[in-house]
Amino acid sequence: MKKLLTIVFALMLAIFACVSCGDGESKKEKVGEVEILPALTLEEPDYSGITIPETFKIGVICLHDETSTYDKNFIDAVKRALVDLKMNADTQLLLKVNVKENADCTEAANKLVTEGCNLIFADSFGHEKFLKETAEKNPNVVFCHATGTNAVSYGLDNFYNAFASIYEGRYLAGVAAGLKLKEMYGDKDGNVSDANAKIGYVGAYTYAEVISGYTSYYLGVKSIVPNVKMDVKFTGSWFDISREKSTAQSLIEGGCKIISQHADSMGAPSECEEKGVPNISYNVSTYESCSETFLISSAINWTPYFKHIITQTVKGERITQNYVGTLKTGSVILSKLNGDVAAEGTVAKLVEVRDKLVNGTLHVFDTANFTVNGQKVTTHNVAGLGEAVINGIFEESKLRSAPYFDLKIDGITLLNEEV
Amino acid sequence: MNKEKSFHEPLFRISKRDTLPWWKMLLAYAGLVLSAFVVILIVIWAVLGISPWKAIIYIFDGSFKSRGDFFDMMKDTSILLMIALALTPAFKMKYWNIGAEGQVLFGGFACVVCMMSLGGKIPEPLLIVIMFVASVVGGALWAVIPAIFKAIWKTNETLFTLMMNYIATQIVLYYIKVVDTIKAGNLPPQDFGRIPLIGGEKAWLCVISALLVTFIVWIYTKFTKHGYEMSIVGESENTARYIGVNVKKVVIRTLILSGAICGLVGFILVGGIDYTVSAETVGGRGFTAILVAWLAKLNPFIMILSSFLVVFLTRGTSQIMMNLRVANDFFSNVVIGLMFFMIIAGEFFIVYRVKIKKFDLEKLKFWKRRKKD
Repeated sequence: MKKLLTIVFALMLAIFACVSCGDGESKKEKVGEVEILPALTLEEPDYSGITIPETFKIGVICLHDETSTYDKNFIDAVKRALVDLKMNADTQLLLKVNVKENADCTEAANKLVTEGCNLIFADSFGHEKFLKETAEKNPNVVFCHATGTNAVSYGLDNFYNAFASIYEGRYLAGVAAGLKLKEMYGDKDGNVSDANAKIGYVGAYTYAEVISGYTSYYLGVKSIVPNVKMDVKFTGSWFDISREKSTAQSLIEGGCKIISQHADSMGAPSECEEKGVPNISYNVSTYESCSETFLISSAINWTPYFKHIITQTVKGERITQNYVGTLKTGSVILSKLNGDVAAEGTVAKLVEVRDKLVNGTLHVFDTANFTVNGQKVTTHNVAGLGEAVINGIFEESKLRSAPYFDLKIDGITLLNEEV
Repeated sequence: MNKEKSFHEPLFRISKRDTLPWWKMLLAYAGLVLSAFVVILIVIWAVLGISPWKAIIYIFDGSFKSRGDFFDMMKDTSILLMIALALTPAFKMKYWNIGAEGQVLFGGFACVVCMMSLGGKIPEPLLIVIMFVASVVGGALWAVIPAIFKAIWKTNETLFTLMMNYIATQIVLYYIKVVDTIKAGNLPPQDFGRIPLIGGEKAWLCVISALLVTFIVWIYTKFTKHGYEMSIVGESENTARYIGVNVKKVVIRTLILSGAICGLVGFILVGGIDYTVSAETVGGRGFTAILVAWLAKLNPFIMILSSFLVVFLTRGTSQIMMNLRVANDFFSNVVIGLMFFMIIAGEFFIVYRVKIKKFDLEKLKFWKRRKKD
């Protein structure tokens, strides 16, 4: 028995060794990641004159810990902000990780208050109502919450929401995907046949943030390939590796040529890597593990927001109640482009489109670019917020920071809802 | 060569100690906990590089730094204690109920369903009574299903109760999916059916219920006929049958009680603390409670101490991690695990005496000489 096992293991090792050797030889010369979008002049306030007192403390509440890409994005951002503001990370930052979206959040916030935090930040949508309970009882402490929607309706002077115009980043990523689609399937005039002009998207929930995300991405692709269609399939979870993987697989089998996703696991990117289908990632570059298919990724950089809330709190001035970070503030960023996957000329095109978005000559949700049930959208009332369509443009993230674009536009097919 | 004498005795001999007087027992356990503490302080110092003195301060800060910390600690302790108490009758019967997690969750689920469907339509006091009844019945139902299978078809209760946990979790997730209108995957706290605060603190409700439950479980297991029958079934089913105890009835009856207490905890968690439900409402406390119950040897009063110890350590290590900005829980879990491993291992030396074979010096010398030859 032992002998048999030994032989089996030896064989496995040998095969493994051969496979890895073979791999190494067949690799073509790689371009590697290409740094793109150089030097956009950021609209960053001058923080050089502000000194943060040594007694100032910021507390950060995270839903998961650093093993989640979502939470790691926040943890890294606040650490960068501390470095930039010359604060002492050893004494001025308190971290609460794995805080659930129930009374645990209130408890964690209370704890941070007793530890002397002047500013408390929570990173998950479900934290909001529980954070509010602590905010009501501690008017001298400032509370900021990412992705929340209720700062205005709570009417508290120390409670603020924040998000970023990530739809701009999604749009740009869509442009890169469109160029790739054109390169792969376009004829000599650059036209892509209807059968090939099909892309797929793995979503978490039928939730405004996700709808806004995939719609802007789709519009980005559409700006390059006008006849493109997109299938969207939802997993019903923010983090479910196997379901995201199988969803990506079914989209690929359904004829989707490029896949993107809005969910936090590596499920969809790894499926794309196996099938050799280009993938547009979110929040984090998956280049390391998916170097054959990763194209580009858009992400929110929270460092400008952390700097804003820290300095405003120190100065005793009001924080923007519904803060929206943009390309201009450095809050919406694109990862490096994978030079081995991207189509030729992607960098130049991205820079061009980005500059248009920044100087306001191009709007992602321009109603001239999409229809709903064949009709142009002229008005859309968002519950509790008011009219969103102004001068022919759907003004996303203007009425409040969290996304509210939830129109189901033509060209996008939802294969399922919510599940 | 004197073979018989030199190789007869094993290196270690284990014998059971005589029962120690209670004060010696107490000292032994106190010494055990203290020495386990010293070891984890050394581990913390070695890994995180903070002095043991500072670590002690942090650990105490976790539960006693402010009034809020103290009440949160009391609340956590009470919840954990109640779940451990719920397990006690079943464990006494040697029925390995590891489904407390699911029983509490299902009780809480029943509670939230009442809050959402009846909230605002009927007077609050009536709603809270209905919530209470629904939770207790829900918890009992979740415990009695495996009990019936065990009593009638002799199914394995460990596997069955474990599986019931997953079913409860999935039911809750499905319910959230159906009723969540924002489609963000979680349920906001409800405004109706909140149990009024006692003395302005959520903790008092937990503490009072925990004391009541402790008392009831103590009386039930120690002084009632039911409790006696239960322990007979636990000692030997055949004996129980021989003296005329209806084993099936006892199993089912005991599990109804066990599940009802779990349901009560679900009611308190949902109606008195979170005002909502999620898959993480119980947060693993159904499993931690098994440890708590066993550390206390199923004695309800010692359970107060063991649940306090678990909560105190959890809060203490989480305080250290917060102050040192460690962005994960791995190390604090290791520390807690180490602590209880040492306590359980150390217990062995309180219950048993280990004798090491005495070496005869003369013989040893002889052996050495022989080897040289």
